[in-house]
Amino acid sequence: MYRISLDSIDNLFAAISAVEKLYIPADREDGQSYFTEWKEGVKLSDNLNTFRSAKGLFFPQVQDLVSFRTEGKKIEVIDTRKETEDFVVFGVRACDAASFGILDRVFLSDPVDSYYKTNRDHGTVMTLACNRPDETCFCTSFGIDPSDPAGDISCWKDKENLYLKSLTEKGEKLVYALKDLLTECDENAADTVKAEVKAVMNELPLSNLKPDDFTGEQLSVFNSEKWKELYRSCIGCGTCTFVCPTCQCYDIKDFNTGKGIERFRCWDSCMYSDFTMMASGTPRLTQLERFRQRFMHKLVYFPMNNDGVYGCVGCGRCLRKCPVSMNIVKVMKSLGGDAK
Amino acid sequence: MREQMISRACELLANGSVDRVIGWERGEFVYDVTPAVFNDAEDLKSRFVFDLFCGANLSKYLVSETAKGGKVLAFLKPCDTYSFNQLLAEHRVKRENFYIIGVECNGMADINRIREAGASGIKSISSAGDKVTVSTVYGDREFTLSDVIAERCSSCKSRHHVVYDELMGKDGEVLDSNRFDMVEKLEKMTPDERFEFWRGELSRCIRCNACRNVCPACTCEKCIFDNASSGFENKAAADTFEENMFHIIRAFHVAGRCTDCGECSRVCPAHIPLHLLNRKFIKDINELYGDYQAGAEVNERGPLVNFTQDDANPSIVNERGNG
Repeated sequence: MYRISLDSIDNLFAAISAVEKLYIPADREDGQSYFTEWKEGVKLSDNLNTFRSAKGLFFPQVQDLVSFRTEGKKIEVIDTRKETEDFVVFGVRACDAASFGILDRVFLSDPVDSYYKTNRDHGTVMTLACNRPDETCFCTSFGIDPSDPAGDISCWKDKENLYLKSLTEKGEKLVYALKDLLTECDENAADTVKAEVKAVMNELPLSNLKPDDFTGEQLSVFNSEKWKELYRSCIGCGTCTFVCPTCQCYDIKDFNTGKGIERFRCWDSCMYSDFTMMASGTPRLTQLERFRQRFMHKLVYFPMNNDGVYGCVGCGRCLRKCPVSMNIVKVMKSLGGDAK
Repeated sequence: MREQMISRACELLANGSVDRVIGWERGEFVYDVTPAVFNDAEDLKSRFVFDLFCGANLSKYLVSETAKGGKVLAFLKPCDTYSFNQLLAEHRVKRENFYIIGVECNGMADINRIREAGASGIKSISSAGDKVTVSTVYGDREFTLSDVIAERCSSCKSRHHVVYDELMGKDGEVLDSNRFDMVEKLEKMTPDERFEFWRGELSRCIRCNACRNVCPACTCEKCIFDNASSGFENKAAADTFEENMFHIIRAFHVAGRCTDCGECSRVCPAHIPLHLLNRKFIKDINELYGDYQAGAEVNERGPLVNFTQDDANPSIVNERGNG
């Protein structure tokens, strides 16, 4: 394990960005933090978490896939991909770090999504343990430890120092490149910080929330009468899906430029009326069905198809952001026991 | 107030005056209140809540409640009554479907302001008079109500209920509000500064459509932006200006109909002050056509759908643009 004084953290950022593009959580004018490319003067945010997760660095909200140019009867297919540069993302919390594992299961299983894989291959993830978890946090419900985040390099922060520990080859390489700035320290240096966070987690209101195992009883969950009540307040906006670190649905669209087609993909939301629209129509005609889809996907279908891994990491963004405060915790609590 | 509301609602349910009640449901924490429909006394007693966090405007839900038929008891705050009236004027709700109890409101709290003041790990929030105490796992914090009140409430336009069947608490006055202060500030900027301001604010848009979906003036059955055959459907921006255009076009679409309820800014996850676009239109309408408040009256023609000899001429655009 290594340490660096917090007073010198800008030097660390400067050293990383001298080699690769670096993104850190930085506050904008609205007081929320956003993963921002580091430049001289960009300050690390004190916020617990970013408005949106780092998902967008690997799976951007909008991404060009391919272009077609037509001339008479000729169609030219143009590969619009550009050379991807290596980058580092610093300050990813344990919940968001765990979300990459969920996205990997979707995009890196056969057939591999080469757009996503390229970004994953080029990105180095530096996580940062939480210091002040919030009442909306429930990552522990999904077996995530906020005091011990995964990633290529895990970091901890106390009042004076930042502690770093590399966990992968990529992480090792980056730490090696930064070694002039870092001081080697005891493996237990971050233990006090870890213990403090764990103690706070136990005090938080959602600490005892446990996802029920619905996998054997999907039909009874699907048919539960409770959806009729739960969905009613939903205004059908895409907020929960767009701030979610694990939502991975996308739509592929063609933009007609007049001279050809630019094919792009963009995040989709199961809350939207044209979600999974096909030539034959959409299989989910009502908001009830679309609302149900979001939670069935995360709590039932995903674990069924992925060795019991839930499609939620308990980051709490949807709890903070839903305009009508209808969220996955309320759904879990309402449905819990219903299937039994 | 909560107890009084529940007991009156139970009475009206019991004597058959209403079939159901629309109000706010207690959340997981103290502040995450959800709009909900209640069907019986037990339901009301266990879930109904009315406190500092019941800012959500229920008016838009009344559009779908009208479609379901029957009689609904709706508790409306003063600003909600303006939205209701506007929906009545646009024939989106039917008056006979609702029994309206106007509830007194002295401003609602904004959880974001409490968070911005540094409170996290919130366990409970209590208020007594002007004092708001927030108890957190990191210790207790004390605020005055004015520290944590929602922006739209700190520039409240009216505490008067424009429509109701009965009142609970006091009916207030139309207020001399400072709500155009920020608009004036923007007007005083140079065009370049103003452009930069809006580019900065709107660049945070994630295109979740929450502003549109919550807006009581946005009640099209199918929005053009959701309609694949319109040619304008988009979930994602083709360029960095598209989101900007979306908000500007939406503000134009609700101009003259927006009551300034402020829901668009309340729900925006990126904290974009969208209400300022609407307030600019309201201010312009007031200046060009005389003071007008959408939703204040049901049976009047709004200035943008009416014609009088004194109407501003289109050339006003040039005069103002050069000014």
